[in-house]
Amino acid sequence: MLRYFLQRVLVMVPTLLIISFLIFVIIQAPPGDFLETTLAELQARGESMDQNQIESLRALYGLDQPFHVQYLRWLFGQWDGLSYVKGGLIFGDLGYSFEYNQPVADIVGDRLALTVIVSIASILFVWIVSFPIAVYSATHQYGLFDYIFTFVGYLGLATPSFLIALILLYFANIWFGTSIGGLMDPVYVGQPWSAAKFWSIMEHMWVPVLVIGLPGTAGMIRRLRANLLDELNKQYVTTGRAKGLPPLKLLVRYPLRISLNPFIADIGSLLPELISGSVIVSVVMSLPITGPMLLTALRSQDMYLAGSFLMFMAFLTVIGVFISDILLALLDPRIRLGAGAEK
Amino acid sequence: MTDIGQQSGSNGNSRGGSLLPHFVNPRPFDPYDVEKVNPALEKIYMASQWRMMWLRFRRHRVAVFCGIVLLAMYAAILCVEFLAPYNQHSRNVDYIYTPPQDVHFFHEGSFIGPFVYGLDYRLDMENLERVYTERTDDPRPIRFFCAGDSYKFWNLIEGNLHLVCPPDSETPLFLLGSDRLGRDMLSRILYGMRISLTIGLIGVAVSFALGIVFGGLAGYYGGWIDDLLQRTIEVLRSIPHLPLWLALAAILPVDWSPMLVFFGITIILGLIDWTGLARAVRSRLLSLREEDFCVAAQLMGAKPGRIIFRHLMPSFMSHLIASATLAIPGMILGETALSFLGLGIRPPITSWGVLLNEAQNINVVALYPWLMLPILPVIVVVLAFNFLGDGLRDAADPYR
Repeated sequence: MLRYFLQRVLVMVPTLLIISFLIFVIIQAPPGDFLETTLAELQARGESMDQNQIESLRALYGLDQPFHVQYLRWLFGQWDGLSYVKGGLIFGDLGYSFEYNQPVADIVGDRLALTVIVSIASILFVWIVSFPIAVYSATHQYGLFDYIFTFVGYLGLATPSFLIALILLYFANIWFGTSIGGLMDPVYVGQPWSAAKFWSIMEHMWVPVLVIGLPGTAGMIRRLRANLLDELNKQYVTTGRAKGLPPLKLLVRYPLRISLNPFIADIGSLLPELISGSVIVSVVMSLPITGPMLLTALRSQDMYLAGSFLMFMAFLTVIGVFISDILLALLDPRIRLGAGAEK
Repeated sequence: MTDIGQQSGSNGNSRGGSLLPHFVNPRPFDPYDVEKVNPALEKIYMASQWRMMWLRFRRHRVAVFCGIVLLAMYAAILCVEFLAPYNQHSRNVDYIYTPPQDVHFFHEGSFIGPFVYGLDYRLDMENLERVYTERTDDPRPIRFFCAGDSYKFWNLIEGNLHLVCPPDSETPLFLLGSDRLGRDMLSRILYGMRISLTIGLIGVAVSFALGIVFGGLAGYYGGWIDDLLQRTIEVLRSIPHLPLWLALAAILPVDWSPMLVFFGITIILGLIDWTGLARAVRSRLLSLREEDFCVAAQLMGAKPGRIIFRHLMPSFMSHLIASATLAIPGMILGETALSFLGLGIRPPITSWGVLLNEAQNINVVALYPWLMLPILPVIVVVLAFNFLGDGLRDAADPYR
């Protein structure tokens, strides 16, 4: 098990490195850099930035340096020979946001935490909702509710989450006359974390979590139902029934346990989906998570801010996949022992 | 057990007694009887693979229906200019934010065909709202096959023939309402359909090509090429799609023409989405390589090219088409999301996402809910593609 664990950690490192490179290429790709465009803009307005600051920023991120130097500095920070000077993604320095004129870490801290909270809550939501529905649908195949759930599931798959968000906002506006956007009471915005703030977030969170989780839930119900049906049609179930096992025991003992695999195995595909959904839903519902700020950062070429968000999302996904792999290995000895890994 | 015991006992008895008469079945004996089939079955046995798939597909009623709906829509985008009552850009400054008009058939108890009532416009200064009221004494019949806004059909032929037109120059015909510039929503949704539906096809074509090339290379050569591809796919898959699309779309230079942006967006969509298809191709190739018919072809001395194109391709092409069909809705939704956020297709070109961009402000939507109407065709198309893809996937393996 330890061996497997280490192996997975080792695989994770190059994956993250490649991702970081890709992301840097992408945020670097627009012609010109933010300092240039901003300076030009400021000069056009007759203002100017503090010359020292510009020079230090330029020096720190090496905007005048060739591409690979910039990338290495962004990732590993600035080194003077063998002694570490400052910066570097792997040391927790996310870089400097040119637009907000602050270190990225100062701006995004809360948002990243909230993104994690919303993502975890969405996964929990997907699990809690899809489990009973899938089990019911599979055990009552072709029943009325099975058809209803299947149809709703198809609709949920076909309707992108931001449209659901729009529709929800619209009806909330019509029926209650209020906006259900936001993630906490306006009082708590910008306040330090406290029990009351946390509670307020919990109160507001169910709407975005519902919206973000719905497409994932629909997919999960479909997979779980199919899995459980496959399992229920196997011969050992028939044998068990013939022997007179009580139906509930017959369901829970083996078929259910085996078909629960996708719950954990699918975190890897569920998480990117949820994060993608949350980006756009958060723009529609103006949630204080990564989405809206990522969008503005991308628009204004605030490269380190955008890069941090992208990197963070990818990191979240990679960690999610890692955790699901470890859990799977714990649950399933076949994976742990390396057998059946080749398909 | 007891049966056998009795039998052996009786056998022992009969051996000592008289011989049983030799039994001959009087029915006529035809050794090929088992292999004979009736003509109806023979048709199925003799059918080609594609015909079998068609027969199988036809049984999936919902998929057939969805296929017809999609065919109709794709046929419609060929003649949008004719179907739409207005040009997509023609503004009607007197009728801004007009709610959808009702089509009536009976006026004061007598049938006069489809008509709309003339509209009175009043600015409600209290709520700062535009109020349109129907003049119910003023029926204006809708014209059919009539001259309306002029257009350039496929950008080639000048024309002004429309399927339906507004009754006259004063009375508008806004069946789905109008937007903030007094443009007809129905016409814009129809024109938007042209872009939204083609983007799905082109995007899938791009990812199809990439998927077949990369998946084919990995599946056929295996080894380090396969490993490299697998790792690449894993990396691409672990970055959430939408943020990546957004980042790539943000790269497109601001000074590009809308048409270039359109192609740029399509290629971006295809560029990220090929991983699923490549995986499908690879795993199919890997498993098919080991099949008996493939080994037989190899033993008979067929060259790799012939094996791939003559023997392997037909048996996984059907699966690929099914997966490609299931990939199209993702493209359409991706474009809609990008344009909705303002990073996708740019305004002079209209797609459903561009139309929904106007519905971003919830206050606008609360006042003018018909701006959200483009949601409906999006859902319909995505659902239809999903059902069609499911049907195709079931039919792709007709021998099961």
